[in-house]
This record gives sequence, C-alpha cells and structure tokens, in this order.
Amino acid sequence: MIDINEIRKDFPMLNNHKMQGHQLVYFDNAATSLKPKCVIEAMNDYYFNYNSNVHRGDYDLAAISDARYEQTRQVVADLLSCDSKEIVFTSGTTQAINMVAFGYAMNYLNCDDEIILNEAEHASNILPWYEIARKKHLKIVFAPLDAQGKVDVKQLSSIINEKTKMISIAYVSNVLGAINDVKTIIKIAHEKNIVVLVDAAQAVPHMKVDVKDLDCDFLAFSAHKMCGPTGIGVLYGKYDMLCKMDTISLGGGMNAKFDACQNMLLKKPPYKFEGGTPAIAEVIGFATAIKYLSNIGFDNIANYEKELKKYAIEKLKEIPNIIIYNEANDSGIVTFNIKDVFCQDAGSYFNSKGIAVRSGHHCAKLLPNFLNVIGTVRASFYFYNTKEEIDIFVEACKHGGDFLDAFFK
Amino acid sequence: MLSLNDPMIKREIIMDHYENPRNKGLVDDPKYLKINMNSESCIDDITIQILLVDNIIKDFRFDGIGCTISTASTSILSELVKGESVEKAYQIIDEYDKMIKELPYDEILLQEAVVFKDVSKQANRIKCAKIGFNGLLELLNSLKDGDIDGKR
Repeated sequence: MIDINEIRKDFPMLNNHKMQGHQLVYFDNAATSLKPKCVIEAMNDYYFNYNSNVHRGDYDLAAISDARYEQTRQVVADLLSCDSKEIVFTSGTTQAINMVAFGYAMNYLNCDDEIILNEAEHASNILPWYEIARKKHLKIVFAPLDAQGKVDVKQLSSIINEKTKMISIAYVSNVLGAINDVKTIIKIAHEKNIVVLVDAAQAVPHMKVDVKDLDCDFLAFSAHKMCGPTGIGVLYGKYDMLCKMDTISLGGGMNAKFDACQNMLLKKPPYKFEGGTPAIAEVIGFATAIKYLSNIGFDNIANYEKELKKYAIEKLKEIPNIIIYNEANDSGIVTFNIKDVFCQDAGSYFNSKGIAVRSGHHCAKLLPNFLNVIGTVRASFYFYNTKEEIDIFVEACKHGGDFLDAFFK
Repeated sequence: MLSLNDPMIKREIIMDHYENPRNKGLVDDPKYLKINMNSESCIDDITIQILLVDNIIKDFRFDGIGCTISTASTSILSELVKGESVEKAYQIIDEYDKMIKELPYDEILLQEAVVFKDVSKQANRIKCAKIGFNGLLELLNSLKDGDIDGKR
C-alpha cells in the first residue's frame, strides 16, 4: 500500500501551489510528471558540489561526475532488466526514435520495404518514419485498431508480408491509454525477422517493463514523465542492434581516434551515440527518480492508478454530459469531452478551476479519424494524485456547460 | 456602446458568434486573397479570405475548425472590417492588440470585439482570440509588400 499523504510531501508543486486562485490539481501527467524534491536536490548537488564534465577529466571532481553518470546507466539497466551497455542516453523519447529511424532504418531498409505503424501513435513515432519513407521510398502501413484503440493482434498477420521490415509501436498509447500486447506482437514480428521498436514513454513510468521478457529490439522512453528531469531519455537496443546502427550525431566523447586523412574510429555502443557533453545533471537526477519510484514499487503504482481510473470513471459516468472514449483501458488516462463544449474551451475552463488537463489532439493527429472527433480532453493520473482531487475534477465537469466562466471571473 | 461591466451580455455575444458565425464559408473566386492560420496553442485551423476593391475590404470570409474564442473573435472581426478601408482595418487590428495587452485602447473602434478584453486571464487562449486578426494583418501586409501571388 502507498501512503499518499506522505508521498505528496515529497513534491514541492503539491504543497500549496495555487493556479487561478485554486489549489492545483495536476492531471497532466501523461505530458510530464511533477518532480520530487530528492530529484531536484540530486541535480543541485552536482551543480553545487562536483560540477565537471564526464569522460575526460583527470581530477577528482570529474571522477565523481563520471562515476555518478555511469551509475545511472546501471540503474536504468536494472530497471529494464538488461545490460548497461545496451542503454543509450538521449534527450528523450523523440530523439531515441529518430536515432533508430535515421541510424538503423536509413541503412537497412530499402525501396518498397514496409514499416507498420498505427493511427493511435504520437507524432514522435510517426514523423521520423514518414521522413525515412520519403527519403528511401518505403511504404508506411497502418495496423488496424480494435474498439479500445489497441493494435489488433489477430489482424496483424494479414498486413505483414515479405516486404515488412519494421514495426514501431507504443506500449501504452498516449491519448487512449490502451496497453498494446507488445509481447505477442514482437513474437509474431520476429518469426518474420521484423525489427520492433517499442515507444514506452507512457509505459515505463507506470509499470514494470522487462525488455528481455518482451524481446523488443529497441525501446525508448523519457525521464521527465517518471519524476525525472526534462531533456533526458533512454534508447535501449539489443547490443548487436546497437552495433549495427549508425550514430546520427558525431563529435567529442564518442570517437576513439581520427586523423587528417579523414579516418575515424568510433567508440563502441553506447558511447558512440553520445557525442558532445551530455545532460550530466539530468542523468544524475534521473537515477534518483528511478530509485524513488522503485522504492514505492511499480506494481503499487500500477494498481493505485488503476484504482484512481476506476473511481474517476464511476463518478464521471454519473454525469450525463460527459462522453468518455477509453473507459475499458486500465492505464490512468481518462479521455473525454463535455457534450457541446469544444475541447480547448474545456481546457481553459478546467484551468480556471485550478485543474491542469490536456486538450486537443495530444500530438496524435491521426487518432481523430479513429475516434471521429476533432479533439478530446485528457486527464492523466499518477501515483501522487488522490480521489479527493478526482472529486474536485468531477465537480468541475458537472458545470462544464458554463465554460465561459473562465473569462468572466 | 457596449458595457464592459456586464459579463452576461459579453457571454451572450461570444456564444452567439460561436453558434451562428457571420461570414462563415469560403468562396471559390480567384479575386479573393486567402490565408490559412493555425495556432500552436490550440487545434484551431482557420482559413480567411478577403476581397479587396479600391482599397476597401468588400468581403471577408472564413472557415475551419476553432474553439469558441477563435471562432467568435474571427466572426466579430469579419463584421468589423467588412466594407472598411485597409487603413481602418489596420487601426482596428492595432487597437485590438492594445486591448489584449491590457493597454489603453479605442473602445468605439472595436465595438463588439471588446468582449475579449479579459481573454488574457486564460493565457493559452490569447492566440485564439488573435487568430483572425493576425491572419488579416498578414494578408494586408502581403499587399503592402507586393507579395500577393502566394495568397491567391
């Protein structure tokens, strides 16, 4: 069991932070999570006490930075159940996916080869593939979704052919919170030698993810959605895949040697992908975030979010003017509209009540085709949210028809 | 002149323009200048057309998807500038901009558009309230720059 009241004390943003004159209710966790004090302090500790670059200094401070930076790689590896050399630090999920598209697919996919995506994906898991497809004359194929917005595993085989080389799929979709059966999808894919990238940005923060059990070739996620700093994320790759892959960023720290005859020898993965001074403070803060979450327990987090979602759905269903789009999905995301209120008007209305939600298409600009709506409002929970906050939110939903109140207080 | 102190009237005006937008629907006429506007902060996607004859905005049309604020403000703008000179349109855009920035402005010139006086209370809606005004400004500027070919 989690002691929410104790946990909330760890988050400065949850201690008497006001928005529009109301106590903040932060329900935009799928966009970014709040950060506990310990993470902020770990970053400050670096800046206050051992500020130095990594991978190069001969002095004590640099040795401390180096050790803390590399320790984080091990912390991430333990989290995902893999080897630390399979962990590449990136600026976030977006960069990680772009690295695979431009460093792997660019080299190993050829004219007319096919990549399978789906309409529920975030822009960051669609646009890199569109660009590669344009450059290499590849074909993008959209996998059919079932009624809940999950990739329909039964229909997947029917769209796979000898030209299919890659599947890129979200573990948990960012709008509907649908949990895809990625393990089965990877198994089907590997029988046909198809490489699979899993966008786990909405998964790793909320549940135990084991890359060896999934057997995915690549997996990407961001620190800032899991109590960590912004500007830092991870690309996991099976080591042989990382070896095959080119780096798209060259510079200091990632080469072993080079000469005037344009010869260069790059370091081995993961270092060959980490050119330039990395986000050192952020990497160090990230380790603290992972330890903080592990201490609470990912199963506890998953179960509690499920409970919050169930509670929110029960309450919202009592209100006749609320349309819910993802009732059946277990993750802590509620996607809805207030009848006859444009989603962004609702967003401003919630703001005026001190409630932070996301509205619009949430970067998944193909999903409206599937849902048949222009946009939606998304409330996304994390382990520090409470049923009392959901009550405040539900109360606001009841009066959603008065959304112009936001402008005439 | 509209009372700035009666929120109910202001709401009714906004809702009226949202539910019954004026000058909505585009025309297929190459004499019109056209621009598509979308907002980073919202999913607004609005196209504006104007017909200019002898320096007068003879017609103003718009269409697309927008929130209440963007739809209503563009609808009000269409009524404000239709039949007016380019110079007057510039003045209206300028005064509106001042109002949004909470600076002194000419209430008489803005007429119904004063309902958006408090839009800055919701920072993310400022772009919505200006989407039509910005579109018109860009169209008028393209005339000044002689760069109108791309707008046809």
